[in-house]
Amino acid sequence: MLNFIAAIGKRVLSTLSQIGGIFILLKATLFWVFIGPFIKKPISYRNIFQQMVFEGVNSLLIVFFVTFFTGIVLAMQSAYQLAQLGAEMYVASLVAVAMAREMGPVLAALVVAGRVGAAITAELGSMQVTEQVEALQTQALNPVRFLVVPRFIALMVMLPCLTILGVFAGMVGGYLMGVFSIGINSGVYIDITFKFLALKDIYTGLIKSVSFAMIIALIGCYMGLNAKGGAEGVGRATTVSVVTSFIMIILADCVLTGIFFFSQM
Amino acid sequence: MENREVVIEVKDLVKSFNGRVILNGINLKVYKGETLVIMGGSGCGKSTLLRNMIGTHRPDSGSIFIKGNDITKLNESEFDKIRKIYGMVFQDAALYDSMNVEENISLVLCEHTKLDPDIISIMVKMKLELVGLRGFEKFMPSQLSGGMRRRVGIARALAMDPELVFYDEPTAGLDPIIAGVIDKLILDLSKKLQITSVVVTHDMKSVFAIADRVVMLYDGKIIAEGEMSEIKNSEDPRIKQFITGSPEGPIQFLQSGDGYLDELTK
Repeated sequence: MLNFIAAIGKRVLSTLSQIGGIFILLKATLFWVFIGPFIKKPISYRNIFQQMVFEGVNSLLIVFFVTFFTGIVLAMQSAYQLAQLGAEMYVASLVAVAMAREMGPVLAALVVAGRVGAAITAELGSMQVTEQVEALQTQALNPVRFLVVPRFIALMVMLPCLTILGVFAGMVGGYLMGVFSIGINSGVYIDITFKFLALKDIYTGLIKSVSFAMIIALIGCYMGLNAKGGAEGVGRATTVSVVTSFIMIILADCVLTGIFFFSQM
Repeated sequence: MENREVVIEVKDLVKSFNGRVILNGINLKVYKGETLVIMGGSGCGKSTLLRNMIGTHRPDSGSIFIKGNDITKLNESEFDKIRKIYGMVFQDAALYDSMNVEENISLVLCEHTKLDPDIISIMVKMKLELVGLRGFEKFMPSQLSGGMRRRVGIARALAMDPELVFYDEPTAGLDPIIAGVIDKLILDLSKKLQITSVVVTHDMKSVFAIADRVVMLYDGKIIAEGEMSEIKNSEDPRIKQFITGSPEGPIQFLQSGDGYLDELTK
């Protein structure tokens, strides 16, 4: 029994120290994004650009694929329900609002967490275990400025962009389904989409996706920089990073949706 | 001897991990221009000592002075100034995987100096010439052999023309000829460029080749310190055992039989 309590205590302590570590990393990252460049050294734009290509441009296809088919599925599922009320044309608004407020940001974030978050942890983790991070330190190159900040900025810019594209792809999927299979008039579909889709639907979605970007980048970098124990350690860190990101994205989604819901946004 | 300029001074250094004391009161001086070898068996704390000196680990107590600055009391940005006067060669070179040889060497120059890219490219060529790898600028680290990576690592450590270079087991895992080449390189650099070197190794052949002075670490303490000749002729059985590599002697790596049966039948 005592062992059991001790094990729980140990687990809680290590989780708390990880949360603390992530906040310390956040503080250092924000310092190098907003203050560091002006009083110390600027960030390499080439690095940020490279990361943007890897994190954003190369994720385009898979985000498009996932959201497009989700749009089609949403259209079918909602048509099934709305048909009982004889209100099939509202498939349009349902798909649009659901994509913009919820499915677009979350799906894009989950896809990027799996693709980019894992890659960040694996790369930084193998740099850590092969002493490359230490090498940066001994050359007076701050690892946070050099490794974390470019990935952080790139993801903060690219994930909202991917989200917008994902929302659009989902709406196109819903449109194709609605018009060519369910049989809603094309003009009516577009009309209803824009009648019900408000600007706030778009920007609440974007607020979500910026928060998700922060979660993915920070957890990915933290787990990578704290990887220990060779190849196995890097593998473990990558798994933990992706799983933690997934959980935190869903949690943050729930909290943010609650805030938007109760504040009537 | 005593009136030579002291580059590094370690005072009463103590460091422990998870309650296990790794370094227990280390006192050490490194003089300008010499090659000091820190030797000792695996797990004796020599790598930890090196990591404390380069500042990637912070000690529990004690102080380390590099050119008069107590690095244990400096904050990161003050420490970065000290970091620019030394170079570090890592055990497996720790080259940046995502960059080619030229970028590996020039990175620190691009970041810390305002030199023209043309000048930086000339400097990279000079550093590569020093280690005998001119012409390999565009190679990626994964395309190089172990010995070549190690030499690029040395060139990278020399990029900022440091007066002090740390080496972590520079010959470990290399064939005898390449190990000899690395030894000669370390020797050449310290003589030609007047670089002070601190080498951590357990390769006795390498110790005999390069050391001016030797420090032997055992169980977290310095058990011998002196000129190469003194160490060679030392009567201390622990040092004799280490030099000859004999499994029999005061340094026990095999567990004794006491309690073995009890443990098995518990």
